Order: sequence, then structure tokens, then C-alpha cells
Amino acid sequence: MAQFEIVRREDFSDVTYLLEVRHPLMAKAARAGQFVIVMLNATGERIPLTIADVDRSHGTITLVIQAVGKTTRQMQQECQAGMALHAVTGPMGIPSTIGSARKVVCVGGGLGVAPVFPHARAYHEKGAYVIGVVGFRTKSLIFWDDKFRSVCDEFIVCTDDGSAGIRGTVTAGIAQALAAHADIGEVVAIGPPVMMRACAEATRASGIKTMVSLNPLMVDGTGMCGGCRVKVGGQVRFACVDGPDFDGHQVDFDDLNMRLKRFALQERTAAERWSDSCRMTNVPQAVPSDDWETPDLVDSVKGG
Amino acid sequence: MPVKRFDKTPMPVQPPDIRTRNFVEVNAGYTPAHAKFEAERCLRCQDPVCIDGCPVRIPIPDFMHAVVNDDLAEAARLLRSANPLAAICGRVCPQELQCESRCVMGERFRPVAIGNLERFVADWGRTQPAAATKRITQKEKVAVIGAGPSGLVCAGELAQRGYAVTVFEALHAPGGVLRYGIPEFRLPKSVLDWEINGLKESGVDIQCNVIIGRTLKLDDLFTEHGFAAVFIGTGAGLPQFLGIPGESLNGVYSANEFLTRVNLMRAYDFPEADTPVRVGKRVAVIGAGNTAMDAVRTAMRMGAEHAMIVYRRTENEMSARMEEYHHAKEEGIEFHWLTNPLAVLDDGDGWVGGMKCQRMALGKPDASGRRRPVPVPGSEFVLDVDNVILALGTTPNPMLTRTTAGLSVNEHGCITADEATGLTSKPLTFAGGDAVTGAATVILAAGAGKRAAYAIDEALKARRAAA
Repeated sequence: MAQFEIVRREDFSDVTYLLEVRHPLMAKAARAGQFVIVMLNATGERIPLTIADVDRSHGTITLVIQAVGKTTRQMQQECQAGMALHAVTGPMGIPSTIGSARKVVCVGGGLGVAPVFPHARAYHEKGAYVIGVVGFRTKSLIFWDDKFRSVCDEFIVCTDDGSAGIRGTVTAGIAQALAAHADIGEVVAIGPPVMMRACAEATRASGIKTMVSLNPLMVDGTGMCGGCRVKVGGQVRFACVDGPDFDGHQVDFDDLNMRLKRFALQERTAAERWSDSCRMTNVPQAVPSDDWETPDLVDSVKGG
Repeated sequence: MPVKRFDKTPMPVQPPDIRTRNFVEVNAGYTPAHAKFEAERCLRCQDPVCIDGCPVRIPIPDFMHAVVNDDLAEAARLLRSANPLAAICGRVCPQELQCESRCVMGERFRPVAIGNLERFVADWGRTQPAAATKRITQKEKVAVIGAGPSGLVCAGELAQRGYAVTVFEALHAPGGVLRYGIPEFRLPKSVLDWEINGLKESGVDIQCNVIIGRTLKLDDLFTEHGFAAVFIGTGAGLPQFLGIPGESLNGVYSANEFLTRVNLMRAYDFPEADTPVRVGKRVAVIGAGNTAMDAVRTAMRMGAEHAMIVYRRTENEMSARMEEYHHAKEEGIEFHWLTNPLAVLDDGDGWVGGMKCQRMALGKPDASGRRRPVPVPGSEFVLDVDNVILALGTTPNPMLTRTTAGLSVNEHGCITADEATGLTSKPLTFAGGDAVTGAATVILAAGAGKRAAYAIDEALKARRAAA
């Protein structure tokens, strides 16, 4: 059996897709808030992806991925059930503390919707009152609606265009939750830095503990490179081994945003070069092999 | 009796102006004629003190003698019996502090080039058909954590004793610092791959992408996976930072990050390989150890116009191998001695725009015995750089020790282990290499791995006898 075999793929929209990967040891070990490092192929990058779900009985983990850069777009195009990823390592990071709060708000925006699900479920299983707040651009992008509803006592959907739920970003959802409940003990917010910062600002005045899951650039994910260093409360921390969860009121988001742009130029080069190269060819189909490499595209163009 | 030359037979090298534009190994290696000529310089002392200088006690005069007699098979056998990583150590050992520092020839002339000959014999060995065979005779399985120098040597020694060994490696490729840290121009990956393939052929199973402490707990190896003993060789991989202003600016790397991107992730081949690295025109590397030399010479090869070492002491206190320093000088690396960084400056766009430094002077010796650098008042100046790489040393990674109950560490985070056996505070759990000593050398790690393999064998034998 191939290692790190993709057993299922599901597409939620033209940018968001789900991969369920067989990894029994990881399925057993993973806890809410942890992430994996994935390599698509032997020359690929090591990219961190949050574990969105685990299935211990089937020995699988679930990753929900947004196609935003070269690697995630290439994965969107190439990953199919039956093929294997080159490497899946983890679970990395300190598991989230599922605290004693009796009422929590779990906020997911964009690529953070799936990663916040394990938090919602963990709090639900601990008997807390869970308010889920998720944000999407528009109605057609919504996914895992039923999954969230199954673990949330209240569920607030926000869309930028108002096509579903309330109109606006997730901060509108937080405001609604805060207005309705005076006794919220904790907010967990996962998504793009701009969204997490907005969530932290939304709760700063009331002083409600707000945890965010940081997503800086990483290489190894084991504390070895220090590339993921972030500033929290004036201290330098490594998101991979000291995080990824930090107190949102303490995080220096300007520093995070600046460091996320470190390789913007190179990322653009890689993405442009890659999309140029794949315009000429068909989308490669699944290759059920352990040593998976890009198939000979010339043959597929010729119709061979 | 041939005439004994005063000087070492020089190592053939790639010319500096060419090698700074490629990643091909700098040292080309001795030819058989060079090797024989150099080996003849060995005095074959009755009391070979050079062996006392070798952490794994290679029978140096004996293998020299075999080279002189054209018996390379015997030379290779002698070498490999003492040092399973000879082809690597011949390239990366600080011989001038070890065997060659003791060589009697060195008292009046230059020492015999023991390192160059070790490399020559080991490289000859690599051209021969593999002799290793898989032969598991023991019923106990042993787990090794970390596929770096100490782990690989420990695994190899245990496999030779007939144990089924599984090596768990956190990264996607084995080798540890030999793969992510030491660059191709100093240690070609083909040499490392050859050593690792040899281990695999001798029956060692290497499982990459497994982090003990995360994917599996150390205790699970005993209780759920049936291992009878464990060796921990997790190294010292955590980079240190200076804590000066501007360290978060883009364009400031730890040497670990910079070298890992280039070596392990092949950023030199971007965009063929996906991992990028951005190298400036004027690169400053802080520190003067081997890692600093590797980083600064890599920066040069990645296209830097000026690559410089910034060090608060002088060349007399630096810890880099002499050969690396000479090579770096030949390659046009600039050296700013007695220069202490105070702050990395912002170019206004979140990138490095310079580095504020101050001049130092040497004062009284400190705890390390080296003269302590003290600031020269009023000597602040700005060094014009756009890329800063910090090579300040590393400490052991706490990921395993934090997640394992009953494993003692000292105040530096190093695992406490018996010096002779490597036994830790946990039964049948041994450790060695940088995880125990803090950042040291490949050969010391190899020696620790070897000693622990003996100790594991003895411990399992004792347990069998008691059962």
C-alpha cells in the first residue's frame, strides 16, 4: 500500500478542495489545532496545512485546501483519490488547549473555516455552548454547513454579498454573538491574518480571550529553521513548536504580514511559470504509484 | 627509504574563480600517486599518538602502511572497522585539532595529511562492489531516533550485530545535518547517499516523515511497536538568534533556514524545485564556525556580489576548520573581525537596509578560555548589507524531551546520558551526539553512536541472560 495515499477528494468550489489521506499513526496522534507538513512531490515545497478532521477508525486525516499559490494550485489540479503524496509529516505544533470556557465562539474565515471545525467539535464534546461563525465570499462557496451545525448550538453564516446568512465579514457575526450573549468565555479565530486581526480587535475592548492560529512561512515545521518566527507580546516565538495558537491580543500582525511577503516575488515567478506550462497540456490523471512523478505530458498532448 | 617531504601533499582543488559559481565539491581528492606519496611520510611511530587524537581511534599508521603497500582493500577494511562514516569524516573532520595535531611529523614539519588519506581510502572503497548482507540473527528490534551521524552509525553497528533496526527521521530524507546543513561543495550528496544505501543493504530500515514525540511517543516504541531498546540521536537543530532589533526583517535568516532551503530543499534549482531563497547582493553572515563558513560560501555561490563574515572576536578565536577558512579566503569572502552587530536596519519596506555594528577589542580571557571581546566606545558604524544570516550556534531540539516523561535533560536542554554507554535516565533508552553534548562534530557524534550500539548489545544480552 502506498504511503500517504489520497483516499478521497471533494471539491467545495473552484478554489477549495478536500483531501482525505491515509495515515493511521497521524489519525491516532492528531489533536485539535495541530497541522501537518505536506510535500506534493520530490521537488516540492514543504507546506503547512491544518488538520481539519481525523477518522481514527479508518486511519485517515482530512485536509481542506485553498488553491492560492503554486503548490496548492498544482495539488488542486493533480491530486486524485488513489495517488500518494510525497510526504506527510506531523502532527506538528502544540495541540490547542480546549479550556474550561462554558460558552465559546469558533470563527472561521476563508481557509480557516475547516481548521476551526476541530475546535468547535472539541468544545461541543466537552459540553460547552458553541457558537459557530463562518465567513464566505458568497453562498456558492459555503461548505461543511451540516458538519458545523451538528456541533454548534448556534451557527452564524456571513457572506460578503449577503447571498446567505448575514451580510458582511465574520466580525459582523462576532458582533451579533457578543450582543446576544454576555457570558462568552473564549473566542477562537482562524483564517487569513487580516481576518484574525479584525477578530482580535473585535474582542479587545471586552477582554474576552481570543486565540488565533498563525500561519507564517515554514520549512521544516520542527523548530529547526526559525523561518516561522512571530512576535507575540514582544517576544519572538516559533509558530511551529511554540504555536500555532497564540493570544490574538498579543500578536504583532504587522510583523506577521510583512514576513508573509518574504518570497512574494519568487512565489509569483513560480506560479506564473507553472500556469504557463500547464496551459499547453491536459490535466494529468491519477497515477497510482508510490514514486509519483509528473507523467510524460507530451504523450497526453498527443492523445497517446 | 623514500625521502620524506616536509610539507603535506597538496589537495587538488577547483580553482576559486570557477568554484564560486558552482556547487561541485571544492576538493577533488588525491590520485593514487598522491596518496602513496603522502602515506610514505608517515613515520609509523611505535607509540602512534595520532590514534589518541581520533575520537573513534582509527588505526592510522596501519592503514597508512597498507596504502604504501598498494593494499587498498586492507586499508579500507581497517578504516571502516573503526569509522563507518569514513568517506564523510575524511571530508568534514577538524583534523588539525584531532589526529593531525598529534602527528610527530608536525613537531618539526607539517603533519601527515591523515584526513586527505582517509578520504582517499574511503572513496576507493566506494568504487568497490558492496559486501554488506542482510543478516538478522537477534530477536530484539532496536529503534533509532534521528538519521544523522550518531543515529546512522549506531544503526549500522547494531545491524552488524544482527539486530533488526528501524531509524525514524523527522524530515523527508535521511542524513540529518549531513543533508540539510553541510553543502554539496563540501560533502556531495552522492557520498551521503552511498553511505545510507550501504546501511539499507545491511538491513537497516529507515522510516522518514516520522517525528518521535509527535507522530509516535517514545514510550509507544516500547509498548506498542515491540522495540527492545531505543537510541536517541536527535542532534542540536534549534537555531539561536541575537535578540537585537530588526531580526524579524525580511532578509534575515538563521543559517539553518538558509542552508536547509538550499541543501535539503534544493533552492539553488528554483524554480525547477519549488522552494525559493532570496540572496542579496551584499550578504553578512554573523559567526565564524563551520556553519558560518558554509553559509557565506553558499551565499557567494548563489550569486552574492559581496559575502562577508562578521565576527566579534578574531580569526584566532573562530571555531571553523582551517581548510574551510582558507578556501573561503581564496573565494573572496570578506572578513570583518572584532565587529559586533547591534541592530539590523529597515530599508523602509520591511527588508534589510544595513546593519549597525560596533568595533570590539579583545580583553581578558572568559570562561571558554578565549579573550573576551569588549566594545570600543564610540565606534558604531553601519555596514552596507541587504541580507543577514545568523550562524550563532544551535541547541538541542526540545520536541522529544518535552513529550517524553522520565527523560532527564540538563539546563542547556541536552539529554543527560552516561558518557561511556549513552544510557539515559530511562531504562533501555540511550542517547548520543549533539542531543547530549550540544552542537559538536560529526566524528564525536559517530563515536557516541558506536559506543551506544555496543552498550545496547550488552544490555540486551544481559537481559536475555537474566530471562
